Amino acid sequence: MIPTSRNASLVFHLFLIGVALFVLVPFVWIVAAGFKTQISLLQGEVFFTPTLASFREVLFSKTTEFLANTTNSFIVATASTLVILVAATLGGYAIERMNVPRWLVHTLLGWAVVFHMVPPITLVAAWFPIYRELGLDNTYIGLTLGHVAVHLPMALWLMTNFVRDVPIELEEAARIDGCSTPFLIWRIVVPLVAPGLAATAILMFIFSWNEFAVALNLTAKQTATIPVAIAKFAQGYEIKYGEMAATAALALVPALAFLLFGQRYIVKGLTTGAVK
Amino acid sequence: MASRDIKTDRTWRAIALSPTIAIFVLMSVLPVLNLLAMSVNEISWVAGHSVWKYVGDAHYGRLAADALLHKGAVNTMVFAVGGVTVQVVLGFLLAWVVSRMTRSRLIYRTIFILPILVPGILIGAIWKLMLNYDFGLLNGALEVFGVNPIDWLGTPSLALPAVIVVDIWHWTPFCFLLLLAGFESLPQDVQEAARVDGAGTWNELRFVLIPMMMPVIVVTFLFRFVTSLKVFDEIYLLTAGGPGSATEVISYTIYRTFFAQDRMGYGSAMSVAVLFGIALLIVVALSAAHRQRGST
Repeated sequence: MIPTSRNASLVFHLFLIGVALFVLVPFVWIVAAGFKTQISLLQGEVFFTPTLASFREVLFSKTTEFLANTTNSFIVATASTLVILVAATLGGYAIERMNVPRWLVHTLLGWAVVFHMVPPITLVAAWFPIYRELGLDNTYIGLTLGHVAVHLPMALWLMTNFVRDVPIELEEAARIDGCSTPFLIWRIVVPLVAPGLAATAILMFIFSWNEFAVALNLTAKQTATIPVAIAKFAQGYEIKYGEMAATAALALVPALAFLLFGQRYIVKGLTTGAVK
Repeated sequence: MASRDIKTDRTWRAIALSPTIAIFVLMSVLPVLNLLAMSVNEISWVAGHSVWKYVGDAHYGRLAADALLHKGAVNTMVFAVGGVTVQVVLGFLLAWVVSRMTRSRLIYRTIFILPILVPGILIGAIWKLMLNYDFGLLNGALEVFGVNPIDWLGTPSLALPAVIVVDIWHWTPFCFLLLLAGFESLPQDVQEAARVDGAGTWNELRFVLIPMMMPVIVVTFLFRFVTSLKVFDEIYLLTAGGPGSATEVISYTIYRTFFAQDRMGYGSAMSVAVLFGIALLIVVALSAAHRQRGST
């Protein structure tokens, strides 16, 4: 702890509390709006009698698709995360430890950098006609592949970084003991990079869960994910503000859960590669 | 290790790399080649199959004169430079103050991280309601002070600044997080030495912390800068590029052309131009970084 004068310390605390309020108020306000009636919301009432009507409408009404959207999001996020983890762990290990020719390493890492920077919409434009010819549009496989392609670059970057920290002596010792390559990766490398793997997994899941540009253009009603559903709410001629707020409040739940249970990994994942 | 069979090693290497290379070839190389091919054709759909008609470089010729695309490019740059500069400055201040806290550091970090984890489209939805002309919180607050309601997203001169403010709210936390990690990895002895030499808070910040943090600040800026060039979600929901073309950004122009208007050939030419523009940007940035490292 750095000693500071009482006054300065007070100023700092007030500053941080102010910013924290600025961050939290929109969230609180939208959750509160979900509990209002449409009329109370439109009148901008500060004090109101909370009602569950909007939530009930979003979750249980006959026309709602919220639960289907949640299932879709969950399927695509899980599948794309698994594929990315396998590809990035093996790829990162190969790049770090398997004497891959330099030109290939440069090509792959160069690709990772460029495709991390390219707007996803240009990629969707590139996939879309191929998808339609192959019948991959509006399928889980199509969207999963899209999310894998968009997020694998960052995962590859992260896993390469994490594998680099594995002491090479351990691998050499295992080799001398006659350990085969798949055994080595599975029993030595994977356990040692487990925290990094967890960080990558959580980030990839969140990215896929949150992704919009790809999902918007590659899905239709049956495969639409939560972000696509939220966008739909805001676009009808008659916007149902209450239901939109309730959907938004429900969509906040995963983010809060990740924040409470996976913060350590999220921080590790987001700062690796940038600060090192 | 002499006993290792080189041939099996190569086989395992090929197996380990194959998923990454498969994605690379199938989802990047081939689609981009297809994009190039589409960009010199006029494409229409007949019974679920595309019909191509060769038009040469006509689309590329049109790009140069496309006013909407220009507006999109300019707005994207204003959005990225303006938004990210504020984000890095604010993020730095926050990280500096939070790094001085001991007990409350985790609480503040938890609160400040939240916006990073929330879907961009949800941020758009929240702020669309917050900035609503009739019942939004902001106009409600102004009303208390007797100020007339303002149509934040519907006024051409206010829409882009409003969207930039939303982006600042969304992404300052990310800058904060990277910079906080930077502060935490600084060697403590230098700061202590500065304090022993009698440097005040301000001098310590200016002559010790900012210079030492410079590499992290630059990385944070560049990282955020390139990601904010991709902006799409918030614009899609908040303004759809409007009013007029006041908040038109590159991603939205491509979306509008390729998907909403079904002009796939011309939209492809736009995408190709953006892909090459970004590749060029990377090459220039890398060679600049290389030269700088060479000179010092």
